[in-house]
Order: sequence, then C-alpha cells, then structure tokens
Amino acid sequence: MSWEIVMGLEVHLQLATQSKIFSGSSTQFGAAPNQQADAVDLGMPGMLPVLNEEAVRYAVKFGLSIGARIGKRSVFDRKNYFYPDLPKGYQVSQFFSPIVCEGVFDVPLEDGSLYPIRITRAHLEEDAGKSVHDIFNHETGIDLNRAGTPLLEIVTEPDFRSAEQAVAYLKALHSLVTYLGISDGNMAEGSMRCDINISLREKGSRELGTRTEIKNVNSFRFVERAIHCEYERQADILDTGGRITQETRLFDAEQNTTRSMRSKEVANDYRYFPEPDLLPIVIDESYIDTVRQSLPELPAAKRARFVAEYDLTEYDTNLLVPNHGVADYFEAVAKSSGAPKLAANWILGDLSAALNRSELSIDANPISAERLAGLVSRISDGTLSSKLAKQVFEALWNEEGDTDEIIAARGLKQVSDSGALEAMVDEVIANNPDQVAQYIAADEAKRKKLSGFFVGQIMKASKGQANPQMLNELLLKKLEDQS
Amino acid sequence: MTKDSVFGMSVSAIQTMLRERSVSSVELTETFLERIAATNESLNAVITVCAEQALEQAQKADAAISRGEYQSLTGIPILHKDIFCTQGVRTTCGSKMLEDFVPAYDATVVTKMKAQGAIMLGKCNMDEFAMGSSNETSYFGTVKNPWNLDCVPGGSSGGSAAAVAAGMAPLVTGTDTGGSIRQPASLCGLTGLKPTYGRVSRLGIIAFASSLDQAGPIAHTAEDCAIALSAMSGIDPGDSTSADIPVPDFHSALNTQIDGLRIGLPREYFNESLDDAVRDRVMAALAELEKAGAILVDIDLPHSHYAIATYYVIAPAEASANLARYDGVRFGYRCKTASDLEDLYLRSRSEGFGEEVQRRILVGTYALSAGFYDAYFNKAQQVRRVITDDFHRAFEQVDIIAGPSAPGVAFPFGAKQVDPVAMYMEDIYTLAVNLAGLPGLSAPAGFIDGMPVGIQLIGKPFDEQIILNTAHRLQTDTDFHMARPTLQGLTS
Amino acid sequence: MSVTPSDIEKVALLARLAIAETDLPDVTERFSRVLSLVNELNTIDTDGVIPMSNPHDMEQRLREDRVAHPSDREALMASAPAQQDGYFLVPKVID
Repeated sequence: MSWEIVMGLEVHLQLATQSKIFSGSSTQFGAAPNQQADAVDLGMPGMLPVLNEEAVRYAVKFGLSIGARIGKRSVFDRKNYFYPDLPKGYQVSQFFSPIVCEGVFDVPLEDGSLYPIRITRAHLEEDAGKSVHDIFNHETGIDLNRAGTPLLEIVTEPDFRSAEQAVAYLKALHSLVTYLGISDGNMAEGSMRCDINISLREKGSRELGTRTEIKNVNSFRFVERAIHCEYERQADILDTGGRITQETRLFDAEQNTTRSMRSKEVANDYRYFPEPDLLPIVIDESYIDTVRQSLPELPAAKRARFVAEYDLTEYDTNLLVPNHGVADYFEAVAKSSGAPKLAANWILGDLSAALNRSELSIDANPISAERLAGLVSRISDGTLSSKLAKQVFEALWNEEGDTDEIIAARGLKQVSDSGALEAMVDEVIANNPDQVAQYIAADEAKRKKLSGFFVGQIMKASKGQANPQMLNELLLKKLEDQS
Repeated sequence: MTKDSVFGMSVSAIQTMLRERSVSSVELTETFLERIAATNESLNAVITVCAEQALEQAQKADAAISRGEYQSLTGIPILHKDIFCTQGVRTTCGSKMLEDFVPAYDATVVTKMKAQGAIMLGKCNMDEFAMGSSNETSYFGTVKNPWNLDCVPGGSSGGSAAAVAAGMAPLVTGTDTGGSIRQPASLCGLTGLKPTYGRVSRLGIIAFASSLDQAGPIAHTAEDCAIALSAMSGIDPGDSTSADIPVPDFHSALNTQIDGLRIGLPREYFNESLDDAVRDRVMAALAELEKAGAILVDIDLPHSHYAIATYYVIAPAEASANLARYDGVRFGYRCKTASDLEDLYLRSRSEGFGEEVQRRILVGTYALSAGFYDAYFNKAQQVRRVITDDFHRAFEQVDIIAGPSAPGVAFPFGAKQVDPVAMYMEDIYTLAVNLAGLPGLSAPAGFIDGMPVGIQLIGKPFDEQIILNTAHRLQTDTDFHMARPTLQGLTS
Repeated sequence: MSVTPSDIEKVALLARLAIAETDLPDVTERFSRVLSLVNELNTIDTDGVIPMSNPHDMEQRLREDRVAHPSDREALMASAPAQQDGYFLVPKVID
C-alpha cells in the first residue's frame, strides 16, 4: 500500500548573540567544561534571569523575514522536567504566547518552483547543557556551558509531503538565517537542530495518522535518510494492520534505522506556567519598524533582482544566492567587471572547484573580488583568451599578483592587433601552399575542417595568444582572397 | 549605659551612642555575640555565627567612624535570615538539603547592607524553605519564643524575630511570602515590614514563591525599619521583577502627622471569626490613631475569604518549580550510593526535604498538572487579580488599611501540627497582601495574657512611607514596642 | 474532587519525590485536606478575568548583549557533590 507521508518540522536555532539569553556568560564554542556557566546558568539558589535584548531583536528579525505576525506581548513560561543537563529542573521557554506567530515561508524547490510552508510559530527559549556519556566509566559528565544559549524554536504546520521538501526547507532556512545574521544555522555543529514529526495516512485522507518524532538529525543527508527510514518502518507496521506508537525516536546513521528513546518513555507532563521571574516582552510598532528597516536584502528578493539586473539564469541564480558570502562576492565581481554572466561562470566553475578542492569557504577565498573582476574584465575586453585566462586564474589563486601584473609577467597578452595578426596569417599562408590549395578546392564543410590547420599553426606561432575571433575573421578573408 | 541595656535598644539609639563614641562597634559586636552565646542554646534562633568576620567588619566600622564617615547602618550588628545567600558563609534555608551549602555570592540585600556599614553577626533559623508559620519545620530544630519558651515565635522568619526579641541583635532581615515577616513580628512584639513587591531585590534570596517573596526588616521600632528599608531597597538590574522606582529616605521623611489619615477597616477582617481579645487590642491601637487625627472608615474586601485558597495554589505551584533545582547534581544534599539517575533524584529529594516542603511540592505539582492547570493554577491567578482589584478599589476611599496581623498570640509547640490547614490559617490576614504585592507592616499593639499582639497596616503600592509614619505615630503615643521579655533564667 | 493514593504517587513521580508505602495513606489524607481548602476556588466566577502573574503588571526590561566578567568555575563548583575534570558527575545515563 502506498501511503502519503505528512510531516512537520521543529527547528531549534542557536542564536548568534555574544552572551546567553538570561545571563552574561559567553556563548563562544569550545570552552573547557563549565567555564562558561555562571551562577545563573547553573541554577544556583537565589539566581534570577535577565533577558538579552539581542535575542529579542533576532527573533523579531526572523519573524519579519517570513512575513509573520509579531507577538506584541509575548510571555516566557516554565517547562518543567528533570534531566541533569537542565539545571533548574525547568526550561524557560514560550508556550502560551510566542514572540513570533503565524507566517509563511516560501521554499525554493529543485525544479525552481516555490513551495509555501506555513510557520505555526517561532519562540525564544534557553538551551540545555550537555550530557557526556563516553568519558567516564560509570558516570555521565554534565557540562553546562551550553545551558542558557538562546534558541529560537521554529515550528511548521504538517505541510511537508516529501523528504525533498524537508531538505529544501532546511537549506532555505539555513540561507535565510545566515542572511539575517542571527545564526550560523550549522546542522553539523549543532547550531541548527531539526526534529521531524512524521505520520502516514492513506492517500486522499484528510485525517492525520499517529505521529512519531525523530530527534536531533544533524545533516541534510541524514534528514533525508531518516525520513525514508521512518516511512519504511511505519509503512511496514501499517501494512500488516498494526498501530503506530506515538513516541520519540533517534535516527541511528550507522544502522540506518530509527530507535525509540528510552529516556523519553516516561510520559512527560511539562506543567507549563508563566515564568514569574520574567515579565511579558512588550513590543511596539516603532520597534518593529526599526527592526524591519535593518533587514538585509533577503534571498528571495536577491534572486529576483539578480535575474532582472544581471540577466542571469534561474539556475545560476539558485546557485549563487543561498550563501550570502557568495552572493555578495558575485555582485562585487559583476559590478567591478561589468560582465555579470562571465563573472557567474567563473565563480560557479573554476573558483567553486578550487575552493572545494582546498576545502575552503568563500570567506577564506584567496582571490579578492577585485582581483577576480580584473580577470573577468580582461577576458571580456579581449585581452585574454579563455584558455589563457585559466592560467591567469591559477596564478591569482596562488596570489602572484593581480591580472594585469600576471599578464605582463608571463607575456600572456592576447594578440588582437590586426596588423600583427595579418602578418601571422600571411606568413602561414605563404609557408603552406599545399594546404591552401586543398582549402580552395574543398567544399563548405571540408573547408571548416581544413581551416583548423591554419588556426593551429598561428596559435603555435603566437604561443596561444592570438585572439581567436579576430584570427578566424582574418584567416577566412585571406583564404578567400587566395581563390 | 550598662552592657545589658544595649539589648533591646533600637538601632537609632545605638547609632547615637556610636556617634557619641560612648560605645565602639567592636564593643557592640562583642556584646551581641556574647548575648547570642548565652541565649542561643536555648532559643535556637541562630544557625550560624560569624564571630571572626563580624569583629573584622566592626573594626573597619570603627575606623570609618573615627574618620567621620557614616553610612546609614555603620557599625550596627545585624543578623540575616538564613535564606539570604552570603558569600563564604553557610546558607541552609533551614533545610537538610542545603545543610553544607556555601554560596559563592552575596544576595543583593546583603551587599547593600554591607555597603551601608552593617555588621553581620550570623544567620537566623527559619522554617524550611520559608514554608511555615511557626519555625517548626526547620531541619535545625524549633525556635523558642523569648516571651514564652514553650511557644513558637511564628514563621517562617521565626529565628529572626526571636533573635531581635531576645536582644541578639537590634535589627534582622527576614522574608515574607504569605506573612513570614509580619506574623513572627506580631508574635514576638516587634515591628516587621514587608515592602511592596519589587521594592527590594530578590537576587540571591533562595526562592520560595517568585511572585510573592519580598525581603524586609524586623526591628523594635518603625523608625528602625525605616532606616533599614532605605538600605535594602532599590532597583537591581539582576532582578527583572525589581521596580524602577526611586528609593526615598524613609527615615528622614518619617513623621507623625496622621491628621486626616483615612484608615480602612475591612469588615471581612473584623467579623465573628476574629478572636475577641485580638479585636480589643487592635481596636485600642486604632483608637490611639484616631486620637491622633486619623479617620476610621469601614470598607469591604469582599473576596478576602478566597485569599488562602488562592495562595495555597500559587505559592506551592511556583515553589514546586523553584525547588526542582535541588536534585543532588550540582550542589546541596546528595543521597549515598545512588544506583541510577532516578534513584539519585528520588532519594536526594526525599531525604533532603522535610515533610511540609514535600507536601507543598506535591500540591504545587498537582495544581499545575495536565487537566488541573485551568481549574487550579489559572483559576487562582484570576482570583488573585480579583483580590487585588478589591484592594485598589478600597484605596480609592482610604489611605491605608488596618487589621490584625495574626489570629492569635504565639501558640505552644505542636499545637497546630495535626492538620496542615490549621497552620495555614495563621496567615489568614497576611496572605492577601502578598497576592496584591502591597506593602504591609506589623507593629506591637499590646498583650494578651502577657503575649504580644500585632496590628497590621497595609499601604498602597510603594507607599511604605505612610504605613511607617502611622506605626511611628502609634509608637510615639504607646509603649507596647518598648516592652522586652524577661527571658526567664536565660540571662544572668 | 478527592485524591487517591494512586494520584499522589503519580504526582510524586512528576516531582521526583519518593513516598514510602507506609506513609502514603497519611500523606494522601493531609494532601486531601489542603485540596479541600483550595477547592474553595470553584465557588467564584472569574469569567473574563485576566490571570495575574506579576502584581504590578510590569513589563520585561532588556539587557545589553554583552559578555560579563568570566565566572569562577572553581568557586561555583566547590559545592558540587561529585565532579571530575570540570564536569558534574551523575550515575551513568543511557539515552
């Protein structure tokens, strides 16, 4: 039986603030255990939370970027449960009145279409610490450095119908939050964590099946695999007339299965109630306007503009836009060189390949936008042939200087001087009378082939620097004259 | 002045002596430390004494005094209720759970009072986690009421009140969530003030019920409370619930002009439930205020009788979450050889918490649990607003509200242990004031069979001045606040 | 609404409190008394009343996003019942 898969995603985004959401501890990654956990983070007796203004701003930024309604009066609530990495025995979150209410996020799919995902809400909460099970023999170690890091939990409606859509959403979300500058959105590093709620139902049915929650899947690839895994598992059960147990499961990448989370088996009654140590966050229109004005150009708008302004293909645009570092780089090169399409080709082609080979991100790119623009310009104005340009690119990558310096140093200037070219053409024609005779005797199709011989000779003579277009024009004309 | 006369002296009187150099801070400190040593074994009002530290601080105070530098409490020995975290000094909260807990930080109140020059003699006994009205739930044993050693001092700031009444210090700090400053002050013949919610920072005070807790002074006089209140008050950026309101100099603004002061008497407080003897004392005190020009006005607080139900949902609910951090993991009591995590939690908490604390955690958890949140917690929050509105409406007619502080005088040990609700009824007149976040004060209003009775004065939000003034006027015209227990046989 | 020992056990588990079998009847009885007290709330109509969390209906102040001086791990962990290499230790947890 073929089942329809219905999914909703909950993404926990670590916000890239300097300090934690309720304390002044640093949020920097990599400190020694418990070095970045102050008395508030440790939940010591008598300690109280104070709200970080930047976390609020980041949340509002996100809400505005998806056209969501901003909660003008949002409240923190205590979510009560016991776990050693939860120091207070409750997590401060937002249950009843989140800071970001309903919105819609248009997800660009592979085929270029936009798939609207309804965002139910996004709310602020604090992260828990880390439990480390593999350092000590008989104990679990608790590190509370992460406890108190601000999180934005983004919840969607169950609008996903395929793993592809889910992955596209996560990629688009990653792109959006890096554009906004509110998070690294890095699944592998844990700054973007995804929980997937999956249920199956008969095609055509309007009812929702019993769902399971797959937690903490930490890469796009794993998301895809986990979804397929869980679909298979649930389909098997349903096919044999069984019932799905509502539970939380973990994806096991090695076994390619999902398994039930033991510690979550005890049904948790979180007993949410308004956090009395914090007061409602009251946000007015002028604050919202200020934040709105500070929004950068978002991916969707940038895509549209790139196509209109630079006449790029949608395909190229979809590759250039998601990473705003790349997008900014492209624009700088395009503007400086005045040749956007050429710029796009070089960035998506040679530069991209070089970066991947060296495992560098765009931020560590050794070729500045100015320098790449220089190369693109010289191709565009005919100084360099594409072949020679590749040589120059290598030199730029090795930081040998800028394009003009390299051209001069290596004498790579493309010969576009018609006089010089003419001289070369004349010489080759004079030195190869038999080939000239063959050419004259040949028909259209054969002539095309034979002209290649002359081109090759001239290229050899000019050490590849002859301007191919000009050369062809001159050659054909001169050969015509011979007949 | 004899050494003995220092005990029971007010802060302001002691300040005069210090300025006149008729006594030094070191002498004072030594004297009070001796007093504690002599009486505490019997009274058990103090859990931890900090003799060395205190004498060091006293020396510094004397040096400052000799330079002519006076803060509002320079050289004055005080005690802190053991609910205020004190850096490097054990802070138990009256519980086995924190028996060996030594905080790495000071509560803001502690810092502020230190900055004003106060000398900390030690930490006072209290009901466990501030839950109680008799100091009988303390892990460190009961506290005796200096007026009658067979009776309780009240609670939860029982140790604090007993300490002042017994002359161990002229001023102590306490906290009040449902009456825990006012009721023990009443039972021990003292003046105790619970400020407006938000007036004093809660940072560093071990939390019981976050939306109800407030710290305040207990002393012999309203004047002393005024001095202490200014020292303790002020917005704290580390406490989101502390109010951004300037702190008046309550002491210099203290006056006795109550001509035309409208005092509201809630019919609900003065009904048939009120003990006749208590009524007589309170009415007599009110008569004094009337003589001084105040006008007594009958008012209604129609939803008063819901206060206790409301309180016993909200306070335990907030407490159940506030006490979840006591899990044996990072600090506090941990059970021996836990077999697994669940065992660690269950036994550390069940062995570390006393019966009353466990009961309130259960009640609070229940009130928040699925299916009950609407009927209990949410409902109680709604009734809280209704009760608060009653007060605001009353304050349109009157300037302050008066009534009894407690239903009776100090009762014998064990008298209210059988039924937990019997103990809860001790706070019947004080609870609503916390729910509404209003300032409330208890001042001595006489005696019933030799045992102190208090009158409660309730003010508008942030209007501590007016209730201090009223109490000050009462203390100008009466001398109930001057009486001191004989401490039968405890002191030579 | 009355409370059974089984109800108490469920609540106790949520609160991570262990009640001895022998104590359960007593605990239940005393708890019931408190519940009777609290059930008084059923008799008042509060339709449309906004619940009160903070008595002054204050609004949250915001703190500047700045790292405060580093905290003293040693001092803060001095009270830890079990620690090693900077970690708090608990009996091994299996997820």
